[in-house]
Amino acid sequence: MKHVVIIGNGVAGITAARHIRKLSDHKITVISSETPHFFSRTALMYVYMGHLTFEHTKPYEDWFWEKNRIDLVFDHAQKIHSEKKEVTMASGKMIAYDNLILATGSRSNFPAWPGQELKGVQGLYSYQDLQTMESNTRGIKKAVIVGGGLIGVEMAEMLCSRNIEVTMLVREPAFWNNVLPIQEAKMISLHIASHGVQLKHEEELKEIFSERDGKVNGVRTKNDESIYCDFVGLAVGVHPNVELLKNTDIAINQGILVNEFLETTIPGIYAIGDCVERQHPLHGRKNIEQVWYTARMMGEVVAQTICDVRTRYEPGPWFNSAKFFDIEFQNYGNVGNSLQDEEADLYWEHPGGRKAVHLVWNKGTGQFDGINSFGIRLRHENFDRWLREKRSVDFVMDHLHEANFDPEFSERHEAEIRNLFYTAV
Amino acid sequence: MKALKIFGLIVFSIGFFFFNATPFWADYRLTPSIIEKKITDPKKQDLFMRHAAPVMGHLFTSNHRFVAVLSDVFNKANKQQLELYQITQEDIEQILERSRNKFTTPEIDSVFRTSNEIAAFKNNAFRSFSNIPEGEAFESRAAFRARLQEVAEKVEKYGIINQAGFDRYAIKDLKYSLTKASSSGPVKSAPGMFLILTFGLCIAGAMLYITPKLEHQPGIRNNRIFFNPMKNTGWLGILTGTWLILFYILLYFFAEYMTNWVIMVDPVSQLINGHEAGKFFLYGFLYTLCILVMGVRFIIHYRHSKYQVLRTISVMFFQTAFAFLIPEILVRLNKPYYDFKNIWPLDYSFFFDYRLSEMIDHGTLGIFMIGWGLMLIIIGVPVMVYFFGKRWYCSWVCGCGGLAETLGDPYRQLSQKSLKAWRVERWMVHSVLLFAVVMTIGVLYTWFTTSSRFLFIDTYTLREIYGVYIGAAFAGVIGTGFYPLMGNRVWCRYGCPLAAYIGLVQRFKSRFRITTNGGQCISCGNCSTYCEMGIDVRWYAQRGQNVIRASCVGCGICSAVCPRGVLNLEVKDEKGRFGAPVLTGNNHVKI
Repeated sequence: MKHVVIIGNGVAGITAARHIRKLSDHKITVISSETPHFFSRTALMYVYMGHLTFEHTKPYEDWFWEKNRIDLVFDHAQKIHSEKKEVTMASGKMIAYDNLILATGSRSNFPAWPGQELKGVQGLYSYQDLQTMESNTRGIKKAVIVGGGLIGVEMAEMLCSRNIEVTMLVREPAFWNNVLPIQEAKMISLHIASHGVQLKHEEELKEIFSERDGKVNGVRTKNDESIYCDFVGLAVGVHPNVELLKNTDIAINQGILVNEFLETTIPGIYAIGDCVERQHPLHGRKNIEQVWYTARMMGEVVAQTICDVRTRYEPGPWFNSAKFFDIEFQNYGNVGNSLQDEEADLYWEHPGGRKAVHLVWNKGTGQFDGINSFGIRLRHENFDRWLREKRSVDFVMDHLHEANFDPEFSERHEAEIRNLFYTAV
Repeated sequence: MKALKIFGLIVFSIGFFFFNATPFWADYRLTPSIIEKKITDPKKQDLFMRHAAPVMGHLFTSNHRFVAVLSDVFNKANKQQLELYQITQEDIEQILERSRNKFTTPEIDSVFRTSNEIAAFKNNAFRSFSNIPEGEAFESRAAFRARLQEVAEKVEKYGIINQAGFDRYAIKDLKYSLTKASSSGPVKSAPGMFLILTFGLCIAGAMLYITPKLEHQPGIRNNRIFFNPMKNTGWLGILTGTWLILFYILLYFFAEYMTNWVIMVDPVSQLINGHEAGKFFLYGFLYTLCILVMGVRFIIHYRHSKYQVLRTISVMFFQTAFAFLIPEILVRLNKPYYDFKNIWPLDYSFFFDYRLSEMIDHGTLGIFMIGWGLMLIIIGVPVMVYFFGKRWYCSWVCGCGGLAETLGDPYRQLSQKSLKAWRVERWMVHSVLLFAVVMTIGVLYTWFTTSSRFLFIDTYTLREIYGVYIGAAFAGVIGTGFYPLMGNRVWCRYGCPLAAYIGLVQRFKSRFRITTNGGQCISCGNCSTYCEMGIDVRWYAQRGQNVIRASCVGCGICSAVCPRGVLNLEVKDEKGRFGAPVLTGNNHVKI
């Protein structure tokens, strides 16, 4: 029996803890200074919007941890002494470990804009950010969000639910166009606008200004437009939280460097989740992936390794999902924001502007590369299999109906999409 | 649009105010002709008339006062009858005197001579309540006396009030029907106008409040639910719950205080079934309107999902046609009242003697009704559940389910999700099923043997306990009254014996399941929060396991509120239904 200490109680750390418990009798300690119990970070927006209470975001009841002998320490890990195998806490307490798992998550990007320290300017990542947003937006009328991405649209939806007027500064010509192809990016921009959000495309922040009391009064854009507001949401991405690792012998770059076994440069210390920067390449995947499910998978994998089944992190074909106001988005495989030379694609959009499908394949071989789907639910299992089996786009077209995951009686569009495919190709 | 909503709220509030005020808006005057109409037994009529004489023709301005007077009359009448018909100490001494410690019928006859009316009653009562064998010899006079006193007590307790006075059932009915008939005032003289002032304004107000929701785009709109005092068990929710609980208590136990509401719907009842309304007509009318109005709200709210729209139209239809109109029309045609979609043991009185007799007395149609009811229990439920899951009944057809899904929808997030609640639920709902089965076996035993004693219990007591505690208190008072306090499926989840039965089939033999979509779940908790049955759906979704639960009514809301397209209600081959969790993810990791 060894003592496994996990820093971070997000989905990565907690999944690791749960799986280590399933596989072994090791002593497990999870340290977090964010909240005493694990909660679903992705659900914070719903707490603000009143869909859920914070209690609902906890996937396990509070008795779960003691019952499964997972010790929770609500404290801030301040220093790692890898030579002594100890962690110093903010409270002064020391915790000795045999294995250490770093699951410290991300932090919001603040790219040194003038005025970003003003009251009423913030990012959205942590539970504390949610509380700050609650107090920063109480009774206000207007807000500006900088960044047209996932957190940006979340913040917009949150603010709209409180009837706060929102202006979004989007660097690209359409929403999330650094990830989405222009067709669907435009469709989503229109949809967001239909909910009363004012989108300013190809527009960036120059500075945030205050007229008094150190409280935000507005922003000035690159095109020198001044927009008055009482709140600025900075949603220009996140970066790995490596604060704790500075001045240690654990190698970091942007994130904590790990090999394919999620091992850091120091034996017995592992890193998982958002804070990780992988050194081994994986097809179709970036070195830093800040997604819920990759954190979960890393937790599962590292648990195996710690319990003596050394296991490679091989997450399989890329997938993702999101929701932009009313439009659900699912993605399987790789669909870039612009077509590569060897690629061909098919884009179908429903006249209602709330459904679309975008398929990409290899022109030469006909091999299916990936799909973006909006407003139509697709079965992960099928696409995962087809991508692993390197199926052709024709095969995918012929079997598209099998992958439909929409509720019964939903309107079906496979025939239309297939027809478009055969006329176009 | 906002102004329209506020206007709707005001109109609704006015209607609701009138509704609550109407019970207090009448005068009451008891007259001989009312008594003649409502008490048909001439002896009892006479008895009541004598004791009611001091208040006859007197005008009462308060319902409460009038009911108190009626209670007093019943008490006095009963007291007099008890004194008159009691087997006295004197009677017992006489029997002892004549019989020399041996019990024989001629001695009894000689004490209670049948020529005298009172003595004849005593003679009759003595025979039916005595269990002393003919010719039984007693060791002592004291022993004999004790046995005779026992008989006298039984006669007093069970015989006199039943036969010569007014028992509690008769009192309950008569208090209600006499109050209703004695009422006069604006509501009685213009029921139609009050129908419009109450129901009419409430419906109009509700529709004005609901329809502006159409200005929002289709999609999930759960904004600010947990900030709303109506929907998060705040003051408004508690107030609403209290009102509903009081309403049900009045309806089931003190209907004499709500006669004006019934009077209001008399014209509707006349129109549909040709008779004056009873309290359950009022209830059915109100119930159907709630499902229809709140059904419109539900449809607007979830109009982006065809599954939700269709199943709501279905419950609205089954309530209006099957639960409300068809039974009333059957009554008009002099046929037995029958709700063709109600299934035992939810319809717990299906095997009660009076209903079986009524159906048998009606020949072919009655026999068909019995056959149809049996068919639903034995074949209909298992076959339909096998192919479609529990939902075919609980969220597409059932009236209780219909009310829960429409009127109760604003409260679905209040159901308890804890493991403890699940444990309580399983014990409770299956106990009620067991109770319903035992009670029904007892009732049928009595039907076939005419003996009311089954094992060690009286089957009439058994069915009364079931009716009061389960049928009225649990299903009604708690079942609906607790919507704003514990969620909209309290009855369905913890109490409905039919749901328990259907649930067992769904759990063990069905093609239905809720599937989860690979590795897409982000554990946000919307599914669990909005599950009205308190299933922790997320627990299954985040580990990629099919949701197969006895309690799942297949409302489909978990799938609707999921922001990542993870959940889907499916009917497929049974194979693999209970399969291991499949979470599409890392190669080689089995979880």
